[in-house]
Amino acid sequence: MSEPLLKVKNLKTYFTSRHSQVKAVDGVDFVVGKGRVLGIVGESGSGKSMTSLSIMGLVPGPQGKIVEGEILLEDMDLVKLSDKQMENVRGNLVSMIFQEPMTALNPVLTIGEQISEMLIKHRSMRKSEAMAKAIEMLRSVGFARAEQIVKEYPHQLSGGMRQRAMIAMAMSCEPKLLIADEPTTALDVTIQAQVLELMKDLRDRTGTSVVLITHDLGVIAEMADDMIVMYGGQVVESGTADDVFEVTLHPYTKALLASIPVIDEERDRLYAIPGTVPSAANFPVGCRFADRCSLVETRCRETMPELQEVRTGHWVRCHLVTK
Amino acid sequence: MAELQMLSQDAPVSLPGEYLLEVKNLKKYFPIHGGVLRRHVGDVKAVDDVSFTLKKGETLGIVGESGCGKSTTGRMIMRVLDSTSGSIMFNGKDITKIRGNHLRTLRQQFQMVFQDPYSSLNPRMNVGTLIAEPLVVNHKGSRAEIRDEVARLLEVVGLSPDARLRFPHEFSGGQRQRIAIARALALRPSLIVADEAVSALDVSIQAQVLNLLADLRKEFGLSYVFISHNLAVVKHISDRVGVMYLGRMAEIADKKSLYANPLHPYTQALLSAAPEPKRHQSRERIVLTGDVPSPAKPPSGCAFHTRCPKVMDVCRVERPELIAYNDQHQVACHLYS
Ligand SMILES: Nc1ncnc2c1ncn2[C@@H]1O[C@H](COP(=O)(O)OP(=O)(O)OP(=O)(O)O)[C@@H](O)[C@H]1O
Ligand SMILES: Nc1ncnc2c1ncn2[C@@H]1O[C@H](COP(=O)(O)OP(=O)(O)OP(=O)(O)O)[C@@H](O)[C@H]1O
Ligand code: SF4
Ligand SMILES: [Mg+2]
Ligand SMILES: [Mg+2]
Repeated sequence: MSEPLLKVKNLKTYFTSRHSQVKAVDGVDFVVGKGRVLGIVGESGSGKSMTSLSIMGLVPGPQGKIVEGEILLEDMDLVKLSDKQMENVRGNLVSMIFQEPMTALNPVLTIGEQISEMLIKHRSMRKSEAMAKAIEMLRSVGFARAEQIVKEYPHQLSGGMRQRAMIAMAMSCEPKLLIADEPTTALDVTIQAQVLELMKDLRDRTGTSVVLITHDLGVIAEMADDMIVMYGGQVVESGTADDVFEVTLHPYTKALLASIPVIDEERDRLYAIPGTVPSAANFPVGCRFADRCSLVETRCRETMPELQEVRTGHWVRCHLVTK
Repeated sequence: MAELQMLSQDAPVSLPGEYLLEVKNLKKYFPIHGGVLRRHVGDVKAVDDVSFTLKKGETLGIVGESGCGKSTTGRMIMRVLDSTSGSIMFNGKDITKIRGNHLRTLRQQFQMVFQDPYSSLNPRMNVGTLIAEPLVVNHKGSRAEIRDEVARLLEVVGLSPDARLRFPHEFSGGQRQRIAIARALALRPSLIVADEAVSALDVSIQAQVLNLLADLRKEFGLSYVFISHNLAVVKHISDRVGVMYLGRMAEIADKKSLYANPLHPYTQALLSAAPEPKRHQSRERIVLTGDVPSPAKPPSGCAFHTRCPKVMDVCRVERPELIAYNDQHQVACHLYS
C-alpha cells in the first residue's frame, strides 16, 4: 500500500434524540492511500453516507454528531477543526460528489459561475482566469462545447451532463481527496461507463485519492484498489479489492456476492439472505449479522467479534474467521 | 410454497404454440404544446413502432436506457395508457379498443408490479385489506372465502399469516414488494408486467423477490414482461430479451444468443459497459461518446447513429427495419441488411 493520505480511527457518529440513539457509524477504521481508490459497499443504512459526511464535516446537526474517533488527513485531525477551518478544508483539500447532482448545484447560477466562484474563493484567481480554468475543467470531463456549457444553467443539462459538471467542479480545486457517494446510481449504464472512465483518468493524471461509495459490487470490482464492506455501522471486512473478491472471508460479503445475478455465469437460483438488517437504534449485543448468518453459533449472539487482521492487510470481523 | 389450486384452475386456455401477447407496430406519441396559444408543435415519440410476442409461461425482459419507452410500452399493454396506433393482441383478441366493463374484466388477467412498493400501497390499509381489495371490488367470493384466499396468498409470497393485521410501513422493502405481488396475484392474472420491480431493493433482498417471481411462474404458468435497466437481472429472469433505444426495438432475441452474440452496436456497448462483480475483467469496454438524444427530436435514419461507433452513411438517412437475423434473433441495424 502507498503512503496513507487519510486515516479514520474508531469513528463513531450517532444521532441522539430524547427517545433514541441511532448508532449510524459505530467504530469504523480504515485508511486511504495516496492515489488509491477505496471502495465502500454495504447494505442500505449501514452507515456509508454518514461515514463520508463525517469526513466532510457535514453530519446533520444538532442531533447528529461525531461522538468519538479521529479523522486524520495527513497529520491534521479533521474532527478537532472549527467550522471555519473545515470550510477551508472542503474547498481545498477534500471534495465530494453526490448521487443527485441537482442537490449540489445552484439552479440560479450558470455552470461557469459556479465553478469560477469556487476558484475565486479558494484559489484567489481573477474572474477571467477562473472562467478560463472552468472551461478547461469542463473540457477535461468530456464536454466538447465547453464554451457554451459554462453559460448554461443546471436544468439545461441532462443527468449525465450534470454529473460530469459536478465532477469538474469537485476537481477544479485539485483536492487531495475526492469522495463520491453513489456517483453513478442515477445514471444509465453507458453514461455510467463514461463517468467511471473519467474518474479513473483524473486519478491517474492528478494522483487524487478517491473514496467511492456504492451498493453496486460491479462498480467496486472495476474501480477500487482497496475496499471495505460495512454492515450495521461497522466494518465487517476490509482489504485490497483483489483479496476481498478473490478470498472472500466474511459470511455477509460471501452472501452478498452469492445473491446477485452475474452476466457471465448462469445461476439457477440466487442465494437470498434471510431476514432484515437490525435497526441502528437497537443493535444486538453480539455480531450484528448473527440473525441472518447461516453459520451462526451461540458465541456469535453473546459477544461482538473484533475486526482482526487474518491475512496480511485483510481484516475480518467474524468469530469463525481467524488467522 | 402452498398449492394455490384456485389460481391454476382458472388460468386462461390457450392453444399450444399460440401467443399470449402479440404487440404490433405499437406507437405512443405525447403531443408537445408550445407558445401562448398552446399549439401542437411536435411530439415526444416515446414508443415508435414496437413489435414483439410473448408465449404463455414465457418471460420477456426489456432493457434500455432511461427514457427509451420501456414503462410507456408496459403501460399501454396494461391499458392504463391509450396507444397512438398499433395493435395489442391478448389471447388472440385485439384489446387496444376495449373499454368499460369489458376492459374491467380483461384487467383481471394482467397486473403490474412497480419499482416503489411503498407508493403503490395505501399506507392506511392493513395488509389483509390491501390484498383483499381487488377481490372485494370484483366480487370474488364471500367474506369467508376472501379471507381464506388472502391467507393463501400470504403463504404463496412467503409472509407469515399475522402479516395481515400489520401496515405497510412495518415491513422492509423486500417484504413490501411481496405484499404488492400478493395483491397483483389476487385476481389470478395470466400476465404480470414488472416495471423495475427489484431496482429499489437492497441486493440481499432483491434475490428473495427474484426467486419468488421464478417460483410463481413455475407454479402458475405466469408470463412476465420484466422491465429493468439491470442487464444481469434481466438475463437471470428472462427467456427472451428486447433491447430498446429511443422508442424503438433495436434487437430482440432469446437470451442465450443476445448475451453471447449481441448484434446491434448499441447492445454491444450496453453489455460491455455493465460492470461485473469480478476482478480483472478481460472484456473490452466500448465507451460511447455523446449524450442520449431526446425522443422529441429523434435523429434521422437510425436513432442510434449519433453515438454509434460503426455508423455508415446509410444510417444517417434510412431507418433500419427490425429483420430476422435467424429464427431466434431479430435486429434493426444496417450492418445486417
Ligand atoms: N438525520 C438522521 N437522523 C437519525 N438517523 C439517521 C439520520 N440520517 C441517517 N440516519 C441513520 O443512520 C444510519 C446510516 O445511514 P447512512 O445514510 O449512512 O446509510 P447508507 O449506508 O449511506 O445507506 P444507503 O445505501 O441507503 O444510502 C441509518 O440507520 C439511518 O437511518
Ligand atoms: N405523460 C407523458 N407526457 C409526455 N412525455 C412523456 C409522458 N410519459 C412519458 N413521457 C416521455 O416518454 C419517454 C419515454 O418514457 P418512459 O417512462 O416510457 O421511459 P423508460 O424507458 O421507462 O425510462 P426509465 O428507465 O427512466 O423508467 C420519455 O422521454 C418521457 O419523458
Ligand atoms: S460472527 Fe457468527 S454470526 Fe457473525 S458473521 Fe461470523 S459466523 Fe456469522
Ligand atoms: Mg447513502
Ligand atoms: Mg420506466
